[in-house]
Amino acid sequence: MAIDFFTIIKVIKIVSVAVAWAMALSVMVMFMVWMERKVSAHMQSRLGPMRVGRHGWLQLIADAVKLLSKENVVPAATDRSVFFVAPVLIIAAAIASYVAIPIGKNLIAQDLNIGVFYILAITSLTVISIITAGWASNNKWSLLGGMRSAALIISYEVPLILSLLGVILMTGSLRMGDIVENQRGFWFIFPRWNIIPQFLGFCLYITAAVAETNRTPFDFAEAESELVAGYHTEYSGMKFAMFFFAEYINVFTVSAIATTLFLGGWLGPFGNFIPGWVWFLAKTLLIVFIIMWFRWTFPRVRIDQMMEFGWKVLTPLAFLNLLLTGLCLL
Amino acid sequence: MPAITIPPPETVAFYVLAGITVIAGVLTVTLRHIFHCALWLILSLVAVAGLFLLLNAEFLAAVQILIYVGAITVLILFAVMLTYRISDRNIRQANRQSLLALFVMVALGTVLVYTLWKNSWEVNTAVPEVSGISGLGKVLLTTYLLPFEAVSVLLLSALVGAITIARKETK
Repeated sequence: MAIDFFTIIKVIKIVSVAVAWAMALSVMVMFMVWMERKVSAHMQSRLGPMRVGRHGWLQLIADAVKLLSKENVVPAATDRSVFFVAPVLIIAAAIASYVAIPIGKNLIAQDLNIGVFYILAITSLTVISIITAGWASNNKWSLLGGMRSAALIISYEVPLILSLLGVILMTGSLRMGDIVENQRGFWFIFPRWNIIPQFLGFCLYITAAVAETNRTPFDFAEAESELVAGYHTEYSGMKFAMFFFAEYINVFTVSAIATTLFLGGWLGPFGNFIPGWVWFLAKTLLIVFIIMWFRWTFPRVRIDQMMEFGWKVLTPLAFLNLLLTGLCLL
Repeated sequence: MPAITIPPPETVAFYVLAGITVIAGVLTVTLRHIFHCALWLILSLVAVAGLFLLLNAEFLAAVQILIYVGAITVLILFAVMLTYRISDRNIRQANRQSLLALFVMVALGTVLVYTLWKNSWEVNTAVPEVSGISGLGKVLLTTYLLPFEAVSVLLLSALVGAITIARKETK
């Protein structure tokens, strides 16, 4: 077979979508880091970055330039190849889930039949790079951070997936497009979003998602008062930035999943003139804000409390939610 | 200018994925460093997921990633990190049962080669169902209900067994 025109077009299409997502996510991460600093500052009666640009909006560009131009420090006792692979892996896993995230009607890279399941599977790869980074650093803090993260993510993946099953039962499909379309319409004055019948599922999902993304109150993997910086203690410059980047992408991912599955995705409650992607971004950033709000108002819990909470509270509640949804649908 | 002939993309993808699977698999069992072995195992399993994707078995591919890569190898890595000095260079990674292993390998190899040789490899022309998940679910809860329940009981007993072992250690 010769290289035909359609294959070339297809390849160009795939590459351009991938590049577009990577660029959009970079901008989004910069915005989210600025937002986190501003949110945290205002919650603590501070101003946050103010000097670089109006209200510090250029601060993150300055930070990015700084991180890019830093010296590449690799400690002598690390496992070099593994040490270099870990940040690449974490960012690849973080970006790969955007294949199946719909930002508007038909604005999705590939509306997979198994959309939700694909995203859950791909995001479960994050933990491998965290363990790898912790182990390759050859440092006690890094190792402890990696191990805590592994224990945490394995425990919280169970309620995370179970909490989404209620929505999937109600839709009868794993396809992201179907899940959103199923939420079109109104009950009296309320939009038919899954958050109303699945409120318990939504709360469970957000709790488990905060744990999965290693954020306070569940940030054992990098608890700075106990483990210096956890699994990325030995990483500096751009490699540190890649971990940071992946963390914020993951926060955006879990918020985007919550938006799609519980908050009606690109569907707006009113105003048909507002495009779908605006609704999607607004809802997702609202959830991002809630997750940041958690971070700056809750203290970190202890690791043993954390495991108990996951297995003895969240998982049974998720099963209960699944049972109740099933009974209601019978 | 003569047209450059390349094989169809599916064929290229198959050989690339198969190559990755085999090379990563060989490295998994030959490397000395057990942590590196586990990482190569992950790559091998991901490539197998890619092969499933090529066969339009999206669900199977996602399960492969979620269960084998996301859970089982993480458990392996976890166990490696919890074991005292397991990555020490003076520790032998393999056990001393090479004779038994050779026997098992020859037996398995014979069965595999025999199957490859004898099978006529008929191609099924039936179009696969687009979304296999609902079909899979129905078949599991009707035709294969008994094996499905047996597997559930097996998993439950494994769970209970794990809890019992964990409890004994704390005494």
